[in-house]
Amino acid sequence: MTQNRLHLSRRTLLQGAASAALATPMINRAWASDPVQINMLAWYGHAEPDIVAEFEAANNVKFVPKYYAGGDNMLALISQSPPGTYDLILSDAEFVQQLNAAGYIEQMDASLYPFDDFYPEFQKFPGHWTDDTLWSVMVRYGLLGVSYNTDALTREEAMSYNAYWNPKVTGKVGHFDWHLPSLGQMSLLNGNKSPSPFDIDEAAWEAVKEKTLSLKPQIGGYFDYGGTFSNLKNGEMLAMVGIGDWITGVLRKDGAKVDSVIPEEGGIQWTESYSIGKGTSKTEIVNKFINYMLSPAGQVKSIQMAAYPGLSPTKSGWKAIQDANPDEAKRSGLIEGADNDPIKLFKEGRVFYRDTPKQQTLEDWNDFWSEYKSA
Amino acid sequence: MTERTSVYRIFWRLPLILWQGAFFVVPVAFLAVMTFWLVKNYRMEPDFILTNWEKTLGRGVFWDAYWLTLWRAALAAVIATAIAFPAAYTLAFRMSERTRRFALFCLIVPFFTSFLVRAYAWQVILAEGGPVNAVLGSIGLGPYVMLNSGFGAMVGYLTLVLPLVVIFQTWGLSAIDRNLIEAAWNLGATPLRTLVRVILPAARTGIFVGAIFAFILTFGDFVSPFYLGGSKPPTLSILIIDTTKSGQQWPRAAVVSMMMILTLFLTSAAALRIAYRGRG
Repeated sequence: MTQNRLHLSRRTLLQGAASAALATPMINRAWASDPVQINMLAWYGHAEPDIVAEFEAANNVKFVPKYYAGGDNMLALISQSPPGTYDLILSDAEFVQQLNAAGYIEQMDASLYPFDDFYPEFQKFPGHWTDDTLWSVMVRYGLLGVSYNTDALTREEAMSYNAYWNPKVTGKVGHFDWHLPSLGQMSLLNGNKSPSPFDIDEAAWEAVKEKTLSLKPQIGGYFDYGGTFSNLKNGEMLAMVGIGDWITGVLRKDGAKVDSVIPEEGGIQWTESYSIGKGTSKTEIVNKFINYMLSPAGQVKSIQMAAYPGLSPTKSGWKAIQDANPDEAKRSGLIEGADNDPIKLFKEGRVFYRDTPKQQTLEDWNDFWSEYKSA
Repeated sequence: MTERTSVYRIFWRLPLILWQGAFFVVPVAFLAVMTFWLVKNYRMEPDFILTNWEKTLGRGVFWDAYWLTLWRAALAAVIATAIAFPAAYTLAFRMSERTRRFALFCLIVPFFTSFLVRAYAWQVILAEGGPVNAVLGSIGLGPYVMLNSGFGAMVGYLTLVLPLVVIFQTWGLSAIDRNLIEAAWNLGATPLRTLVRVILPAARTGIFVGAIFAFILTFGDFVSPFYLGGSKPPTLSILIIDTTKSGQQWPRAAVVSMMMILTLFLTSAAALRIAYRGRG
């Protein structure tokens, strides 16, 4: 009898365990409702686990990204989608007003975001506001300058855009295949700083074209995101026009002998900002996520994003990365008064916000870019 | 009887007609219509304007890219045909049926992997610090710039098309009546004369079809000129990407595509006419 009871008990136990194991997923599903899906339009990396996993787990949401490469590509994707397709849009700052003009984004409530924590340079960032109406909130930025192979050029040599014409890199200068940053750098080299390297008259535009064409004999190729990485990493290209630490920072972690500097002529700032998609029904959770990304913890993730690093526009973000990863804070200059402190560069007037052309059309710049590539 | 035959014929032709209609005629017609559309605020709007044709064909950049693409495709077809022939000849005439089947299978194996992955592999191999330059360096040569050049692009083109060309040529050569070759020998023809007067004319169709495929595939290839040629200078496929990237000028990209389709149609038709001439 005892044996029988024991036998029965073991079987019952096994059956019970098996049933429990099989039923567990159902129980889990019953406990938690299906996660809310947040459709995000963004550059690659922004909806990857290193950025969003923690927020997803804590808020029972699931990010569904649609990645793009370049502002034009982003505008095309959104223009071909019905209203409400994207709940959250990460845009380069220079395209925010185009998103606004086309009616693709919602007005935002400035009181919901920690602007007091922003450095003054970013509190009322051009392009994000029309008068006092907010359309986008900056989440990260970075600087574009001269990116170079440290075996080929010294830091001093790289401190001017003239480094691209250095005989030591003849045939080994690559372009990130996007006209805005490359032509912006040529414009800076020509001294077009006031009001902006992108706001130039016809004479200055002609001079920029001439200067750019003179670089042609030095050029080894035009590359997309992946090609830029591989050609800098394998030493096929020794200098790259139109990029910065967002590429070389990743490569340096892999041990590549590359670096980026902001040259004497000045650097160009790229900016990534969140906007709320027109017609979304998920404004509340989207706002919560934007605030999460602007929190110290979110900024630490953003600064160290696996796809490509960025800088923090908030004071608490700087403090947080100094505590969480002092080496990264030092490397990226997120320490007040450091040589590469980006705020110091802003105050010295050495950084210019990347913009769309003001006195020419985007088509003019792109047409020239095609001509330059085939010259 | 005639009516039944006609229904029977239409029935068997219907899948091909439907397929070509749905996946070739309709898309090409749409592409042609799109060339007259307008782009406003990054959005295409149906219209009937000639601006896209004028702006595309009126630019030197287009014609530079056009002639470069045409030249590279023709060169790749000729090189692939020349390199493939000895291999195809050996497979067709010097190997057993079993070995030939195995060799043909080996030629298909590269297509099991993505062409993009193979192009990335070539990036490593052709790099200045890569294995090819290392071997050349060991005998005091180089280093040579092979990546991000016309040479690099050509390596990519041949990687894409060479196995196909060998397969087409092998089929063409295998179909030759061996009695003709033996008759030529019996009549005292030298091996070279037999090759030129008997084998090549008899295998003409396979050789031409292989060359046409090589031309078509390289003419439209984006991966080789972009990832191995460094976009320097741009081909038509790269020009399409550039055109769509800035301002979303899909109608102008459609003009480039229409010109590519027209070119391929004319060259293929001419080559096929030569390939099948005299065959009834």
